[in-house]
Amino acid sequence: MNGFEVAQHNSEDGITILRLKGFLDAHTAGDLEAALQKCIDEKKFRIVVNFEELNYISSAGLGVFMGFIEDVRENGGDIKMTSMTEKIFHVFDLLGFPALYDILKTDDEAVERFAQTEKE
Amino acid sequence: MAKKVKTYQLKVPSSTDQLEIIREFVTGVARKVGFREDELNKIELAVDEASTNVVKHAYGYDDRKPIEIQLRVEPDQFVIQITDKGKGFKPDQVKKPDMKEYLAKMRVGGLGIYLMKTMMDEVEFSIDPGRKNMVRMVKYITPETVHPTRTVS
Repeated sequence: MNGFEVAQHNSEDGITILRLKGFLDAHTAGDLEAALQKCIDEKKFRIVVNFEELNYISSAGLGVFMGFIEDVRENGGDIKMTSMTEKIFHVFDLLGFPALYDILKTDDEAVERFAQTEKE
Repeated sequence: MAKKVKTYQLKVPSSTDQLEIIREFVTGVARKVGFREDELNKIELAVDEASTNVVKHAYGYDDRKPIEIQLRVEPDQFVIQITDKGKGFKPDQVKKPDMKEYLAKMRVGGLGIYLMKTMMDEVEFSIDPGRKNMVRMVKYITPETVHPTRTVS
């Protein structure tokens, strides 16, 4: 039984897109942790996480992002989140994540946002 | 005539791979009660957070220990009781998390109880370490929380 998958896609402009699928709980959070750790190890600090096919998240899943964001930002990057369903967004919203993270509708918007930051 | 109370029970090893089974068990019964989709989502998350706390904190990932989940469908409320025999904790000392502070300190845990309290109408703990720790969570059955077509048991 494999309830969670992360697919990594490297875009041409040096942005890494992680597409999450399935459910993210205390059992599967380690897989996401490993995927983000791999990005850091490979010095890929501009990360987009796409939630379109994620159908469930608990605090264990949210915690993973909190564990990496500082490291990523210190290295001039960011973790931007896209394509959340209403159900998933509700959990992020409840914990005040929209004030701390860029949560966008599409991957394109996230890529655009990275491009803007670069110009500044 | 008094309305019937239905009870359901699940006992599983204390392991994170059981969380999916626990969620499906509880949401399955809650769906039968007639709860709306957003209420099912809240119940699912509250049960997951409570069970995760048992696996991680009460038993420290010892999968030989049991978690018991008891459900009671009463006429006007859905009661979830999650019981363990592990290490207890002091519920009064768990503070509402400050997200900015969390981020600054890179703390990654401790959000569970806050979420449980937000998701459910009542949450109470009774702690007797090593013997019986229990969290009791209640979701009211009201016209706002269930589908209008719900069949009354």
